[in-house]
Amino acid sequence: MEHIRTPKVENVRLVDRVSPKKAALGTLYLTATHVIFVENSPDTRKETWILHSQISTIEKQATTATGCPLLIRCKNFQIIQLIIPQERDCHDVYISLIRLARPVKYEELYCFSFNPMLDKEEREQGWVLIDLSEEYKRMGLPNHHWQLSDVNRDYRASICRSSQPLSGFSARCLEDEQMLQAIRKANPGSDFVYVVDTRPKLNAMANRAAGKGYENEDNYSNIKFQFIGIENIHVMRNSLQKMLEVCELKSPSMSDFLWGLENSGWLRHIKAIMDAGIFIAKAVSEEGASVLVHCSDGWDRTAQVCSVASLLLDPHYRTLKGFMVLIEKDWISFGHKFNHRYGNLDGDPKEISPVIDQFIECVWQLMEQFPCAFEFNERFLIHIQHHIYSCQFGNFLCNSQKERRELKIQERTYSLWAHLWKNRADYLNPLFRADHSQTQGTLHLPTAPCNFMYKFWSGMYNRFEKGMQPRQSVTDYLMAVKEETQQLEEELEALEERLEKIQKVQLNCTKVKSKQSEPSKHSGFSTSDNSIANTPQDYSGNTKSFPSRSPSQGDEDSALILTQDNLKSSDPDLSANSDQESGVEDLSCRSPSGGEHAPSEDSGKDRDSDEAVFLTA
Amino acid sequence: MEFAELIKTPRVDNVVLHRPFYPAVEGTLCLTGHHLILSSRQDNTEELWLLHSNIDAIDKRFVGSLGTIIIKCKDFRIIQLDIPGMEECLNIASSIEALSTLDSITLMYPFFYRPMFEVIEDGWHSFLPEQEFELYSSATSEWRLSYVNKEFAVCPSYPPIVTVPKSIDDEALRKVATFRHGGRFPVLSYYHKKNGMVIMRSGQPLTGTNGRRCKEDEKLINATLRAGKRGYIIDTRSLNVAQQARAKGGGFEQEAHYPQWRRIHKSIERYHILQESLIKLVEACNDQTHNMDRWLSKLEASNWLTHIKEILTAACLAAQCIDREGASILIHGTEGTDSTLQVTSLAQIILEPRSRTIRGFEALIEREWLQAGHPFQQRCAQSAYCNTKQKWEAPVFLLFLDCVWQILRQFPCSFEFNENFLIMLFEHAYASQFGTFLGNNESERCKLKLQQKTMSLWSWVNQPGELSKFTNPLFEANNLVIWPSVAPQSLPLWEGI
Repeated sequence: MEHIRTPKVENVRLVDRVSPKKAALGTLYLTATHVIFVENSPDTRKETWILHSQISTIEKQATTATGCPLLIRCKNFQIIQLIIPQERDCHDVYISLIRLARPVKYEELYCFSFNPMLDKEEREQGWVLIDLSEEYKRMGLPNHHWQLSDVNRDYRASICRSSQPLSGFSARCLEDEQMLQAIRKANPGSDFVYVVDTRPKLNAMANRAAGKGYENEDNYSNIKFQFIGIENIHVMRNSLQKMLEVCELKSPSMSDFLWGLENSGWLRHIKAIMDAGIFIAKAVSEEGASVLVHCSDGWDRTAQVCSVASLLLDPHYRTLKGFMVLIEKDWISFGHKFNHRYGNLDGDPKEISPVIDQFIECVWQLMEQFPCAFEFNERFLIHIQHHIYSCQFGNFLCNSQKERRELKIQERTYSLWAHLWKNRADYLNPLFRADHSQTQGTLHLPTAPCNFMYKFWSGMYNRFEKGMQPRQSVTDYLMAVKEETQQLEEELEALEERLEKIQKVQLNCTKVKSKQSEPSKHSGFSTSDNSIANTPQDYSGNTKSFPSRSPSQGDEDSALILTQDNLKSSDPDLSANSDQESGVEDLSCRSPSGGEHAPSEDSGKDRDSDEAVFLTA
Repeated sequence: MEFAELIKTPRVDNVVLHRPFYPAVEGTLCLTGHHLILSSRQDNTEELWLLHSNIDAIDKRFVGSLGTIIIKCKDFRIIQLDIPGMEECLNIASSIEALSTLDSITLMYPFFYRPMFEVIEDGWHSFLPEQEFELYSSATSEWRLSYVNKEFAVCPSYPPIVTVPKSIDDEALRKVATFRHGGRFPVLSYYHKKNGMVIMRSGQPLTGTNGRRCKEDEKLINATLRAGKRGYIIDTRSLNVAQQARAKGGGFEQEAHYPQWRRIHKSIERYHILQESLIKLVEACNDQTHNMDRWLSKLEASNWLTHIKEILTAACLAAQCIDREGASILIHGTEGTDSTLQVTSLAQIILEPRSRTIRGFEALIEREWLQAGHPFQQRCAQSAYCNTKQKWEAPVFLLFLDCVWQILRQFPCSFEFNENFLIMLFEHAYASQFGTFLGNNESERCKLKLQQKTMSLWSWVNQPGELSKFTNPLFEANNLVIWPSVAPQSLPLWEGI
């Protein structure tokens, strides 16, 4: 709290990035964990919350007649432009935020103050949700000296990972050579091992001068050595920076955009990672060969490539829980340096690099290719990306398991996985088909990799520019339909049950009638007396319940109407969006004449809800 | 039968067919008057039937006595046939070449096609101008149907029946026609029921360098304005191009003569620039090299997405004028048969929920493209692979379909039809067994007696069994105006094509 110079500034304007003339007037609050902007407009009181840990850069721009502009860029690609009337206030906010966005101790991070109102037990359960020893058991690996991920039990081929050998120009290590032999022998299906170095060859050679390097094929028997040129973290950082500059352009032309995108090299890097993953997956699944993957340190490119390969090979990782396991295994437990890479604590800016962002984008690119193969949806990826930077949960703190243990993370913070699991309904892909032939086993990408497979992910990098996103979400729509279907099916079941009862009663009635007309048959039935006694009661009960409906059914009914409302409420959203979206404003400088777009009541919808009521009645 | 003369070798055995993403098929190749057929003669494998008119270009090469023909289709497919025997191969190649470049329209397949289905509804009568007129005549009495073009004498590229302001008589229309390019006097394209505003379209005014004017023309378009209201004229050329057009007798509306109208120039490219753009795009898509940067720069160099953005922006502007500004608009470029139609039809997609249904979209294509005189025959004569470039070939209609796809992608639940419907329309515009897209305008279609001699595409599409393939399961009627985003980030490449 001592870093907050001014907790509250009034009459601040939040500039709409798409149409700068539209700015919301409101009050800015600084808290220990968030920047909060509350709009003055009484009917909306819209709040914008930004976590300090999400802040990437803060830029104070030249004061103008209207005030002092402050530009905040976030790590989740949100860009906030504020105009603060007094230069002095602006300066105070600026200085405070600079400090708040660069915490020096882990204890300052949000996860140590975040309390989702769970008791101790629930928190502990959250941490054991993803258990890696379970995972290794699942893979059929009791104990192994290697950090091994056997993803293909049939071939017994495996993907292994390490850091680069410290070979220099001529050094060798017999034990290391024997170990590779052991890996090869562990897989009787193949007589060689692929060693994949994910660096460009030039970089690997340069490393030799520093006493590091790569495996010499002469020293290691039966290895096939392969370089895959994925650039280092510094190149990736600059590439992302360049791409974000393109995203920030105000109404760029198509050429500006495509040229900038190409120039950033971002998609080329994504493709390089994917190609490496595809290469390894093919080696394992088609050639049945084991693969040893390394880069320089073995925690960045290696993690990317191994996890892409795992996703391609093993359908388990394409499920909600499996994906959490994958991140837990390949990233968290193998010492990916989250703190350094994502700048959670103030540190060396040269260590920061979007390594896991790239992996997450690779997953998205795969989801675009295989829309039915993943149990989770785009939102799941976006939320994970958000929380890697948010520090709201303890999972991604620190640089290694060792540090996390020392900090007692599990006792003091909450686990993201539990949070995501609890809300899993939001993250399900309605198109997921576990039983589809395409989604079982290894995912096979088309043999000739086409460049147009890789697309710009506006859902991620422009995700706060709502006007640029598709206005209707197929995922949400399908989820709503699914939910509705389920409710209707339950309804149907209940009605069928009741119908059965009614038929029984009617049957009994006719029996009774027939009994009365033919008393001679009566003697054989001993239960008929009971049924006669029960009949009127049940019957009348049923007739009564018909118009008014029994309480349980009434509940279901209102739930159904609720979903109808939910569906409907997406419509005003739509029209609200259409008022502020980019398209209209971009077209000409004239502001659209005030005529607000009345969300006209849609007759089609009405008919729909009538139908629904009809069905439930 | 003249086809027999063109077919030098009707049948070759042991031909191997290669297609991308499919396993190779060996079988017998047959040539008929209109089709190239490859059958493996096994029950379970499908046969390839390819219309000769779908063939855009062919290449042949030889390795020993094995000849290879590479056929590039107008729908961008590339197939390869390995034919044993050099002579057979040469014969087949020259036969295909001859059959795919028939001069006479009446030799085309639609004139020989006999439908295998029962015609429930004759598509030639599905969308009559009278019916379309009834849709808005209940809301307004300011418009009438005019039969002034009954014999195609006033404007050869207009249909016999057009909708014009009620206060303007046929005599005035004849005079206006002499003042507009190609006789294309301003006619009604769309009536916005919500506020009574309209979209009109026409050819450019023939003002020339001396600023000719036409009182009837001014009266006609002013008749569409309410008292005290202003309208917008959207010229689909840049001001520069419009000014240059004056030297050739064309021009634009002078403000002095049309004081109630504001002119906006929204440049949309035309003709060979679009064709070259398509050629570059398809080239880039077929490039198998594994280099990401080259792909993006090729995509950029093709300018295809730039054209998409231009067209969508102009259409959004038109829709904005109508719905938000409450102003009527007149749209024209030079001839009023290409970019004009892209803008008028896309504006209707944005404004009018009906045009987002299957039937409404068919009606839109019938009204705004076929009857409005978009020269399909000329524009779609060749596609991306052809070397002999003619200046009138242009993927104008394909660009329109791509724009519709872009809007569909942004509003996936607001369209009754799906992507397959758009692709089907694209394929039939370039090569079809149906007569719908033959000819350049209604007058030519009349002379060809298409209605009597060929089958309408709509007769086939509108069968329940076929419709189900084109229906979007997510459709939920959305009566709102939909505003698409035109930011580059929102406009990806249409992979389906």
